[in-house]
Amino acid sequence: MSILKVLVVDDELGMRLGMKKSLARHRINIPDIEEEISFDIEMAETGEEALEKVTTFQPDVMLLDYKLPAMSGLEVLEEVTSEDSEMVTIMVTAYASLETAVSAIKRGAFDFLAKPFEPKELRDVVEKAARNLILARQVKKLEEERRQVRFQFISVLGHELKAPINAVEGYLGILSDKVLGQEIGKYDDMVNRSMVRIRGMKKMISDLLDLTRIESGQKVRTLEQVNVNDIAKLAMETVEIAANERNIEVNLHADEEIVIEADSGEIEIIMNNVISNAVKYNKDNGQVDITLTYENEKVTISVKDTGIGMTQEEADSLFSEFKRIKNEKTRNILGSGLGLSILKRISGMYNGDVKVTSEPDVGSTFTVNLLTTK
Amino acid sequence: MSENKKNINVMLVDDDVDFLTQTKIRLEAAGYDVRTAESQAGGEKLLEEFTPDLALLDLMMENMDGGFALAYHIKKKDPNIPVIIASGVTSETGIEFDAKTDEEKSWIKADAFLAKPIRFEQLEKQINILLKK
Repeated sequence: MSILKVLVVDDELGMRLGMKKSLARHRINIPDIEEEISFDIEMAETGEEALEKVTTFQPDVMLLDYKLPAMSGLEVLEEVTSEDSEMVTIMVTAYASLETAVSAIKRGAFDFLAKPFEPKELRDVVEKAARNLILARQVKKLEEERRQVRFQFISVLGHELKAPINAVEGYLGILSDKVLGQEIGKYDDMVNRSMVRIRGMKKMISDLLDLTRIESGQKVRTLEQVNVNDIAKLAMETVEIAANERNIEVNLHADEEIVIEADSGEIEIIMNNVISNAVKYNKDNGQVDITLTYENEKVTISVKDTGIGMTQEEADSLFSEFKRIKNEKTRNILGSGLGLSILKRISGMYNGDVKVTSEPDVGSTFTVNLLTTK
Repeated sequence: MSENKKNINVMLVDDDVDFLTQTKIRLEAAGYDVRTAESQAGGEKLLEEFTPDLALLDLMMENMDGGFALAYHIKKKDPNIPVIIASGVTSETGIEFDAKTDEEKSWIKADAFLAKPIRFEQLEKQINILLKK
């Protein structure tokens, strides 16, 4: 339960107590946050006292009488709205003219309540203010979270890009100092390893560009008739050398030619990602089975490998950016940690999803579902 | 190769294979005998097999404090083995750490800390200081 602090400002004791009583045991429910809200009420008799309590009590909502003895309600309003506060003010007055209402709203009041009023009217106006205040807070919180996520992404990215540069710089340093002597062949492993790190970095940068284009919506989508089987075969050709080197068998299972309306580039990214992962994280002499099915306007691309697999915990965390399962088995497998994020984004564009089931040392199955029309 | 370092055994533990390879190459070129492990667990195993004259350990491996735990076990085996802990934590997070106070020294079993990336000259200098003690 949340508590909303309300400051009641009125020079008439009866008015103050009446408003306090109307709100004291009142509870409101805001559907979006599924939380019950009650009120903590303070009272002030004069404008000066109100200003003091705004500082000490820090109310969320102020019910402010328009006509106060020395300092007027409007003056109080001007004072408080000049400060950087998210407090919501409701002007209360017996002189319910349109003019006073407009001048109060102009000075930053959220709403207006005319005397005399029924307790229900008071509650309604306070409820409206509370709703507004809480939604504004939620928006602010979301923005802050988004800012945090972006910041975190950039700092992780910085680290991920620096790591391969440090590695290559280290190898170049050894070469430049001729630590292993003059014979060039002695440096082969280092040169190869540097190439691997640079290729990994290039892959990360191109994945990152893909991801940015998808995220920003800048990527131009061309929807056309796309043959999913053909794209799967192309992706298989791409991994052929890597698969042959490690004697991994890659099979395609499809009962029919599946032609859907889609952006062929996007389907290629999906296919390349799941199939290259299945080879990359496989064991030598392993197997990859790609199954394509189409049912009820849903294309399912299922890729099963006989690789190193992962635990449920690892699988659950797999779809976040730069998440790479780091262990002995994955040490020499290079990846950007962005591929699955891209996959998730793209499948989302087809109202689809990506799922993974896996068992350590047995293998993983990645299933991409895309909703589309044939 | 300088002959006087021939029998100095350095234990090198780091999960960054590139750092491990590069440091091993440079240390060997400088005349040290080097044995490596790519994980805290691998380091523990290595420690069962031999007693190094000096150890250079990464801080965060499969466990956040892998380097500290390993340092503790090395010191338990022989408190006179100098231990250097290397970490990228400072360059990644800005958090600096060192064992300066007696209290810190009592539970952080390391003789020196180096922030990654490490220049080899810097490492060699630190090794020389620790081995002269």
